Amino acid sequence: MEIEHMSKRKVLTFAGRALKNLFQKPATTSYPFEPAVYPERMRGHVEIHMEDCICCGLCMRSCPSQAIRVDRRAGTWTIRRFDCVQCSSCVNVCPKKCLTMEAGYTRPDTRKTDETFIKPAQPEEARAEAASVKAEEAEQKQQEKQKDCIPERI
Amino acid sequence: MAKRSIVPFGPQHPVLPEPVHLDLVLEDETVVGAVPSIGYIHRGLEKLVEKRDFKQYVYIAERVCGICSCGHGLGYCESVEQVMGIEVPDRAKFLRVIWMEMSRVHSHLLWLGLLADAMGFESLFMESWRLREKILDMFDETTGGRIIHSVNCVGGVQKDMDSTMLNGILEAVKDLEKEMRPVADTFLEDYTVQSRLKGVGVLSRERAIELGAVGPMLRASGEEYDARLLGYAAYPNLTVEPVTSKDGDSYARCEVRIKELFQSFDLIREAIGKIPEGDISVPVKGNPSGEFFMRIEQPRGEAVYYVKGSGKKFLERFRLRTPTTSNIPPMVETLKGCQLADVPLLILTIDPCVSCTER
Repeated sequence: MEIEHMSKRKVLTFAGRALKNLFQKPATTSYPFEPAVYPERMRGHVEIHMEDCICCGLCMRSCPSQAIRVDRRAGTWTIRRFDCVQCSSCVNVCPKKCLTMEAGYTRPDTRKTDETFIKPAQPEEARAEAASVKAEEAEQKQQEKQKDCIPERI
Repeated sequence: MAKRSIVPFGPQHPVLPEPVHLDLVLEDETVVGAVPSIGYIHRGLEKLVEKRDFKQYVYIAERVCGICSCGHGLGYCESVEQVMGIEVPDRAKFLRVIWMEMSRVHSHLLWLGLLADAMGFESLFMESWRLREKILDMFDETTGGRIIHSVNCVGGVQKDMDSTMLNGILEAVKDLEKEMRPVADTFLEDYTVQSRLKGVGVLSRERAIELGAVGPMLRASGEEYDARLLGYAAYPNLTVEPVTSKDGDSYARCEVRIKELFQSFDLIREAIGKIPEGDISVPVKGNPSGEFFMRIEQPRGEAVYYVKGSGKKFLERFRLRTPTTSNIPPMVETLKGCQLADVPLLILTIDPCVSCTER
């Protein structure tokens, strides 16, 4: 068996390739002197556009690692960056599309901290306007209801 | 008769990629028996299926193992789809095959590198891993993740690939195939490699079947069995022939994996050529009710997925039997009669993945 295989054996088959590698440019990039180039689809970390968030909590329910907490009353959106597994499940379920997956990894830290985003308070005028629109809508609904209730006179 | 002694091997050992412990019974330098023990990295991922809904669990199934990530997601999704009677769009099936075969290429290149490292052939190890980077870059480009891809979902896939991406994969495969030739020649013809692999750890075809070997370990012993022929995803539309070798030694296992690399290149090209246009997923309504056993061919061998649902959003049971679980008894068989110096190499030839095994 040994003699049979000896005929197929070659010596220094890799020498050419090894020599070529010696004089080639390194296969690695010289990070951090050169910036890292991320592809477009890279799942690095989750970003939120808080102005559009309606605090519905769907992201919190879909997160497999339970890294997201949403407080509807306080209007806050909290993420534990070190618990997030970058699966983009929250991004997929968000009805307002205010969550996005951005390139670049979470920076290292000495502690696992929470990052909280607060829904920006609406200015007084906008709030008053929104309240008046709501009141008008409610009134209209009430009137429609009353209309439905009044029996038609014959 | 020489005096017997027991040498503990692992779970921490320079050559072991993952923690498995063996009690080696030695007579001088010859191994006469080996008692394996696992349980160092159990995480209870199967139990977690009761706490996460069946759609969320895809992400957990993918994280059972880094190297077989794509396959675990695919196996889990296919089994849930079978339970729910979901017909996945054709394009999604082809995309699954492309990513699965890319995953096989990266797994085999990783193994080849580890094998070269175990033999002390450092430049070959570096070359194998350099080539693997090209595939990982393609994964990064197409899925957004190098190792954990998160592309499979119940009902199809989450991401589509446009023609630029598909052409990019074709280019990468072409380059890779060209650069893989000298590496393959070195593994198969070099004196140093052959002297470490030829005739080491021979497993006959009969014993391989009796002991339940799977994947390249089984095919290297001459048995033509490949779970891709069972017809999941888009494999029925592609040409799959099991790659076999007859010697059953470590060299045969290396040969099978190298030939499978080239087979995967062909399959990727064929799948890209045949991929139809259309949707990539279908909406999923309701909850799974019923049970199903799914078998798929992972790079390391056949993996079995069992899913049982009772109409609730949480599954009742998920069971995963990984290729390494099946390959441990054949590994113990090959260790009997070998030299102590060959033990790391023989453990490596089954391509062990202990984090998969313990889940």
